[in-house]
Amino acid sequence: MNLTRQDVEKIAHLARLSITEQEMPAYVTGLSSIVNFVDELSRAETGAVEPMAHPLDGQHQRLRADVVSETDQHEKYQANAPSVQAGLYVVPRVIE
Amino acid sequence: MLHNLSIGELAEQLASRRISSVELTRHFLARIERLNPALNALITLTAKEALADAAAADRRLAGGEVAPLLGIPLIHKDIFCTDGVRTSCGSRMLDNFVAPYDATVVARLKAAGAVMLGKANMDEFAMGSSNETSYYGPVKNPWDTAKVPGGSSGGSAAATAARLAPYATGTDTGGSIRQPAALTGVTGVKPTYGRVSRFGMVAFASSLDQAGVFARTAADAATVLKAIAGFDPLDSTSVDTPVPDYPSMLAAPLKGLKIGLLREFFDGLEARNAALIHEALKIYTSLGASTVEVSLPHLPLSVPTYYVVAPAECSSNLSRFDGVRFGYRCDQPKDLADLYKRSRGEGFGPEVKRRIMTGTYVLSAGYFDAYYLKAQKVRRLITDDFRAAFLKVDLLIGPTTPTPAFDIGAKIADPVTMYLNDIYTIGANLAGLPGLSMPCGFIDGLPMGLQLIGPHFSEGKLLNAAHQFQRLTEWHQHAPRGYE
Repeated sequence: MNLTRQDVEKIAHLARLSITEQEMPAYVTGLSSIVNFVDELSRAETGAVEPMAHPLDGQHQRLRADVVSETDQHEKYQANAPSVQAGLYVVPRVIE
Repeated sequence: MLHNLSIGELAEQLASRRISSVELTRHFLARIERLNPALNALITLTAKEALADAAAADRRLAGGEVAPLLGIPLIHKDIFCTDGVRTSCGSRMLDNFVAPYDATVVARLKAAGAVMLGKANMDEFAMGSSNETSYYGPVKNPWDTAKVPGGSSGGSAAATAARLAPYATGTDTGGSIRQPAALTGVTGVKPTYGRVSRFGMVAFASSLDQAGVFARTAADAATVLKAIAGFDPLDSTSVDTPVPDYPSMLAAPLKGLKIGLLREFFDGLEARNAALIHEALKIYTSLGASTVEVSLPHLPLSVPTYYVVAPAECSSNLSRFDGVRFGYRCDQPKDLADLYKRSRGEGFGPEVKRRIMTGTYVLSAGYFDAYYLKAQKVRRLITDDFRAAFLKVDLLIGPTTPTPAFDIGAKIADPVTMYLNDIYTIGANLAGLPGLSMPCGFIDGLPMGLQLIGPHFSEGKLLNAAHQFQRLTEWHQHAPRGYE
């Protein structure tokens, strides 16, 4: 199945990606060829097969004691942020 | 020359004080300075830190400490967080990101006294099979600089082949260690899923990603793998299973080893490639191994399965790059939605955006069952095929790649053509199995790889089988011209 420009615009919006006018045709073509390629999966007989999310069966999420394991390093971590004020991340105004 | 010595030989020279770690580090830094401009294998050079670490290693050596990696240099793929050093993941998104902590792989090698020379170039966010998607430009193959080195760990592979370091780290989600190892003529090991900690390794597809090693020999890879493998409470998928002493397993005889030949790997395989694999099998037969043909009927579906599962996980993992907490932020965002969209649109390159969108599509309402759930079911069928095969054989042998290194630019325009490079490597990732690629000959003057795949946690057996092959062959000793 080939994707339309409208399909790609919708996907890009869901993924929060801006796609420029110049980029758009290449994504319509590229994503269509990928979707057509993975459509091959439909010919596999999967009936009652249990979906596999993880390659090691029997692995389970571990629990740990509820004790503090991290020290406060917010200044070090926030040094990578594009904009910080008073220890808070700054973004454009959300609520007018 | 120092750069042709194995890790074991270097450790001996260091322990006997014939060379110092500072001298060794200077030797490799000088090679990088001279040879890297033509290869673009490194994104960041950490010469100052390396010399300080080497001096510290020399003090430990002077104190009589003996350790296999103490004072020996390496290069880390730029996907591993390195405290205080830029960790770009090959992306504009992280061009300014200075990691605030070390990945567990990095911390373990630091503690072992290893000396980091720098960070290796890679496909952006490890998405690519040619190292052409890097924000920092393509890596060139030292065997022919018009060719790709493979990807995504192309910089690590090229650096190891060019003897810019005795070994390098890498990651393998669909073949990103084995495929570039094959195309550059080095030995690459992708361990069992969960064997090596992924803490501090930038996530691409979390049910597939695994860290591993590039080295020139299986023996060197065994030494490094022993140092980085093992349980890590900081990685929720790390497996709490003891790490065997891989180096001591190398010498075991292979008499009685049962090798499976995957019928699906040989269907349509180019004659010269098949001939190399059959020559390699003669070596194994001479060592007392037997071969039997096995079939994994669902294996031909591994590439489409992967290109649903991996993009789905990538779209989820990469949602963290939002221009708020770290990474690239666009200029003058007009509102929060614009900030998200333009930061991501401008910060990610075309292949990463294509994969995020593929993943978003296959997870979206109306398509989830047909694509994502279907792929997860086929993934189980492929995994069951492997399980059945390992009831009959100890390991599987086949090619690592369909062709030798291809021209830079040859496949980048068509994503599906590029994806098919990973046709022989992806199966092991889907099933979480360990795999290894090592040199087994040349086609048109370019190295080719032999791939070994084993059951979960059979790294010791794979390294053993590879080491025994390398004792009787010299493919792994060839250096590209100009890098001897």
